[in-house]
Amino acid sequence: MSLIHIAWRNFCHRALSSFLTTFSLALGVGLVVLVLSIYGVISEAFTRNASVGYNLVVGPKGSPLQLTLNSVFYLSQPIENLPYTEYMEFLPQDERASMVSRFGGDPKLAERDGRYAPYIAGGFAIPLALGDYFGEFRVVGTTPDFFTKLKHGPNVDEDFTFSQGRAFSNFSRESSYFEAVLGARVAKEMNVVLGEKFYPTHGDPSGQGHEQGFTIVGILDPTGTPNDRAAFVNLEGFYLMEGHAKPIERDPEENGEDLLDEAVNAEESNEEQSDTDAQNDSPTADAIATGSKSNGVPLVQNEAENSGSVADSTPDTIESQSSVEEHRVLSIPEREVTSILIRNGNIMFAPGMQNAINEGIRAQAAAPIGEINKLMNLVVGPLLTALLAITGITCAVAAVGILVSIYNSMNDRRRDIAIMRALGARRTTVTSIIIFESFQVALIGTIAGWLLAHTAIVLYSGKIEDQTGVQVGFFTTSNYEILVLPLVLGLALIAALLPAWAAYRTDVGSNLSA
Amino acid sequence: MTALVNIHDLKKSFTQPEGGKLLVLDISEFQIAKGEQVAMIGQSGGGKTTLLHLIAGLLSPDQGSIQIDGIETNGLSEEGRDRFRAETIGYVFQTFNLLPAFTAIENVRLGMAFGSGKHQHARAGDLLARVGLQDRFNYRPGQLSVGQQQRVAIARSLAGRPKLLLADEPTANVDPSSADSVLELIRDTCHEEEVSLLTVTHDMQIASRFDRIEKLDEINQVDHTTASS
Ligand SMILES: Nc1ncnc2c1ncn2[C@@H]1O[C@H](COP(=O)(O)OP(=O)(O)OP(=O)(O)O)[C@@H](O)[C@H]1O
Ligand SMILES: [Mg+2]
Repeated sequence: MSLIHIAWRNFCHRALSSFLTTFSLALGVGLVVLVLSIYGVISEAFTRNASVGYNLVVGPKGSPLQLTLNSVFYLSQPIENLPYTEYMEFLPQDERASMVSRFGGDPKLAERDGRYAPYIAGGFAIPLALGDYFGEFRVVGTTPDFFTKLKHGPNVDEDFTFSQGRAFSNFSRESSYFEAVLGARVAKEMNVVLGEKFYPTHGDPSGQGHEQGFTIVGILDPTGTPNDRAAFVNLEGFYLMEGHAKPIERDPEENGEDLLDEAVNAEESNEEQSDTDAQNDSPTADAIATGSKSNGVPLVQNEAENSGSVADSTPDTIESQSSVEEHRVLSIPEREVTSILIRNGNIMFAPGMQNAINEGIRAQAAAPIGEINKLMNLVVGPLLTALLAITGITCAVAAVGILVSIYNSMNDRRRDIAIMRALGARRTTVTSIIIFESFQVALIGTIAGWLLAHTAIVLYSGKIEDQTGVQVGFFTTSNYEILVLPLVLGLALIAALLPAWAAYRTDVGSNLSA
Repeated sequence: MTALVNIHDLKKSFTQPEGGKLLVLDISEFQIAKGEQVAMIGQSGGGKTTLLHLIAGLLSPDQGSIQIDGIETNGLSEEGRDRFRAETIGYVFQTFNLLPAFTAIENVRLGMAFGSGKHQHARAGDLLARVGLQDRFNYRPGQLSVGQQQRVAIARSLAGRPKLLLADEPTANVDPSSADSVLELIRDTCHEEEVSLLTVTHDMQIASRFDRIEKLDEINQVDHTTASS
């Protein structure tokens, strides 16, 4: 008969006490595993969301966290907007020229490369315009590039795929500029189908509805990213919605753009960063001064805004027209973007670009991964540490439970131990039996606790996936969970030391009845 | 015949509850030969159980020597004595000392769990069958009659193939006819396996079947009639 068998018999002999001890341990372990799993889900959700497929977000100056929250997670309010020319700074000359000719604007814009275009080096810059809602979900105005250039997934190599339909096109005969693509969760919760029109509401979810509807031409597969929670509309259509055009000032480009050009020239003529600082800052500062004097474009446009969304103050720029053909796209000065998603073709250029942008006056560039990690460390980390500490204490209490249970039974056991000794068992043997017994409780308790926790997780997996996009199955284990068993076994060993010592010390002669 | 047990100048005393020492045993010479079967009789409180415990190494003597199979058990380390006990000695306790958590067959297996003859599961079943408990393998001690418990204890004592079987009133709890057959069983088994046997009994009829009967009160130099008064 093996020692484990003997330990098991002892365990069964005191069935109720053993069960209660094991059960309390199982609850403790279950709690720990649950917390670890939640930790795993949260950090996975965060890293997933951090695998955004772009490395910088550019937006107006302000809190980089807020920029990240509203551009990556579509949460919180956008800071303000950037003029479209700021977006154009990321584009090469040929694209700028084609924009000037298509949209209309200062011809000078067409004459040079964008200031930051060289940094892009084969990457991309995708504009976002935020401000409207579809139900409780954000409406995101963007270009078709969003669906072709952005990747997602753990290795950031997965393309967006459509469960139904296709990406919106820039212009179509049937829907003009008013096509939309819905994230998986939006489609599910808003209960809409392909071909239906939806009417964004302005400003916040309870805001007034726009008259302009967007035709749903595609529904994305779930990605487990915030994109599941967004309704994407064609940026051109977004601009054409009532109140989305920026009121045009007289001669706005002349002042602003000339000075911007100066700034660019200053930068281009100076390769060294320090020189650029000095010479870049002053002309741009002038630009503000001049700009505000002449009711300049870039800086004051949003003062009337209450939500920080794309300009909404003068709804007189376009009349609603019934014929789709007759929509005129907005001119460059009428356009604004909330943020720009940047991927540098060569990641080595990212820090330089980030510096260059942050040294400017209008815009800031934030690295979303850094911001997300900061948020994680600041908020979520300590919370989980506290939870872990609490559950750790729970485990320690359960271990004390093992100790008490075994130690209390030592009185009854003295005779058993003496008998086994009389049958030839050694001191180390009876000591091992006690330790095995403690391990048994630990092992059964840990497995039961693990099963308990994972059953709970599986029961809620649907909700978890809905909320975070993270799929959890019964056997999804977080990294730390593997440590639970050795930890509990260690605690069980410590708990067994005292009773084991008592067993070791048990005297045979005086504990044998005749 | 060579001696299996060789006791020389053995003294054992206990500390009394009210303090002071009570000398229980003082034996100058006592031997048991290999394969010999000895019945020991003596008055209650005379120290029979104490002597068996000393021979089994469950108690240590105050002085003197106990050699078993040529080994001075008193000189062994505690672990050595445990091992020696597991290999060499079978013990039928006066109060059986079965383990309540284990079934009859498991109790018998425990008798060989700690020696070198482990894992002879068939032998445990054989022994239980020999004491007539073939249909009680999975009963726990609490579910057995006192006589049945005693028979389990006997089977257990033989499980580890001991060289010396110490039996403390092994037939005290069975009816006279069963007592006869149980005793015959012990004696036959010991004979077959060349086990030396030291049986304590109060029953003169039982004792009379043995070739050798020892009266402890004669060997023991402590006079319990005066000591206890
Ligand atoms: N652990 C002990 N502490 C103190 N005294 C003890 C101890 N064990 C036995 N004694 C005493 O030793 C004496 C002998 O006891 P023992 O059990 O050996 O007698 P016995 O001959 O087996 O009697 P019985 O026939 O009734 O079983 C008794 O007087 C008893 O009180
Ligand atoms: Mg006795």
